[in-house]
Amino acid sequence: MVTGNYAIEARGLRKTFGDLTVLDSVDLRVESGTMLGVLGPNGAGKTTCVRILSTLLGADGGAATIAGHDVMKEPRAVRRVIGLTGQDTAVDELLTGEENLVMMGQLFRLGGAASRRRAAELLGRFDLTDAARRPVKTYSGGMRRRLDLAVSLINSPPVLFLDEPTTGLDPTSRTVMWETIRSLMAAGTTVLLTTQYLEEADQLADRVAVIDGGRVVAEGTAGELKREVGSERVELTFDGEDLARARTLFDGEHVGVQTLSMPIESPSDVRGLLNLAASQNLDVKGFALHEPTLDDVFRTLTGAGSRTGAATAADADGATGAGACAGAGAITGETA
Amino acid sequence: MNQAVAPKARPEFVLAVGDCVVLIRRSLRHLTRNVDEVIQSVVLPVMLLLLFRYLFGGAIQTGGPSYVNYVIAGVIVVSIAFSASATAVGVADDLRNGIVERFRTMPMFSSAMLVGHVVSAVLRNVLAVTLVVLVGLLVGFRPSASLGDWLVACGLLLLFSTAISWLATLLGLLAGGVEAAGGYAMILVFFPYASSALVPSESMPSALRAFVENQPFTPIVNAVRGLLIGTPTGNSVMLSVVWWLPVLALTVIFTVRYFRRHTGE
Repeated sequence: MVTGNYAIEARGLRKTFGDLTVLDSVDLRVESGTMLGVLGPNGAGKTTCVRILSTLLGADGGAATIAGHDVMKEPRAVRRVIGLTGQDTAVDELLTGEENLVMMGQLFRLGGAASRRRAAELLGRFDLTDAARRPVKTYSGGMRRRLDLAVSLINSPPVLFLDEPTTGLDPTSRTVMWETIRSLMAAGTTVLLTTQYLEEADQLADRVAVIDGGRVVAEGTAGELKREVGSERVELTFDGEDLARARTLFDGEHVGVQTLSMPIESPSDVRGLLNLAASQNLDVKGFALHEPTLDDVFRTLTGAGSRTGAATAADADGATGAGACAGAGAITGETA
Repeated sequence: MNQAVAPKARPEFVLAVGDCVVLIRRSLRHLTRNVDEVIQSVVLPVMLLLLFRYLFGGAIQTGGPSYVNYVIAGVIVVSIAFSASATAVGVADDLRNGIVERFRTMPMFSSAMLVGHVVSAVLRNVLAVTLVVLVGLLVGFRPSASLGDWLVACGLLLLFSTAISWLATLLGLLAGGVEAAGGYAMILVFFPYASSALVPSESMPSALRAFVENQPFTPIVNAVRGLLIGTPTGNSVMLSVVWWLPVLALTVIFTVRYFRRHTGE
């Protein structure tokens, strides 16, 4: 029943809303027991993709299977094997955490006793036992997300969709969420995670697909993407007069009012930059080393998006010059 | 962890009923935790009764029974229509919240969510009507109804309440948001005021009177009033069924269809 070893497989998914093409032709494959991070800016089509794969939305073209079940032809079979945690917490605010879990278990037809057992187990695992009898509306943002994830796991689904599970969370809650997701991976769950944060994909995913303008523009491991897509950058901060002089000295772009950002080939290049500053009596007030960011990835890859077919990370090489696709515009330009 | 927990093998219909029971229980829990909703659906009807009994009661001539006896059927119908607002808001809130999305990714009978809202709305009405009748008895309501009359009146009100609750559910689905849902439901609240619920239609100008005597809220008011205090029912019992049974049937069909299409099933 399962085609190949892919728990999630999508071929040529298309979706349009009126004149707007949200998904052009999306191909995704996730091997059983691994995590694919789907990375993209707002409006890239990430959520639409997840909605189609989780049977919430019909596609206009293409095909997809989850654990061998056709998403369009056997939605019920698909629903039995998936869990979904969306961007909005989909739990009942007036019920307690425990009541939410038990209710969802019963709706999965696990029966009352089994639902209560599973609820207790998940509450413990997600550190919600103390809050189990409180209405969800009293929960913090992090607790809500954890409960939402717990609810998605009530039927122990072999395939899990996490649609921006940490968007809007504070750093501590995010780290806790990451730990939880890692423990799921250890248990053998197949996960498709969408995120706007390269770091998140980097931390969690086995492979990353970069999606933009309704297409997969690059696919590979996080390390491959970063190497192919952007270089490390160093940021130097100067005060008043020094800033004006530094601007003429360094060929950097402004990030923030007093900070210049420059690409470097390797960390040892930093020595040269600092020596240059010292030789000119420039007082360096701040210093930071930056890994490639999602911005870098997108500046580079949106150029690759116009080419036909799903480019691989290696293909993206030739598109490095596309940095001209001026930053923020390319990143937040679309909606839907 | 590699296999989803298998559901117990039972006929689909039984499972669907089970889903309804689970979601009815959910809606009832809401009732116990949402003080505003309880006030709106239970306390308000009683206040309405006292308001009409003592504030307007002296000024309105019914041409027969005392005003408290006249108005009780009206207050019952008005309060059932009133609860439509809470129902529509509840449905719209579920859509906004994303819980409906979750239900739709589950192998369940997702329309059970609608059933949950309707059943809890009807139970809310039963509670409110019971309270209105009890308080009514304290302030001068003297029913002349036989057991049979009571049963027929309750049957009609149950039909009416179910139909109104499905209509409210539909409005909640159609409305673009929680506020809009509350607003649309006000349409349902308006109708009983323009019926024979609170004042006899004989006192109205002819154009209004023509509307009042031919709109669906008037027969239900007249039927319940006649059954409870013995005023002539005429054909109002039959008319109530003729109006509200098709309204109920069509609304259920349309609402469930709309919900399923809207939710891509």
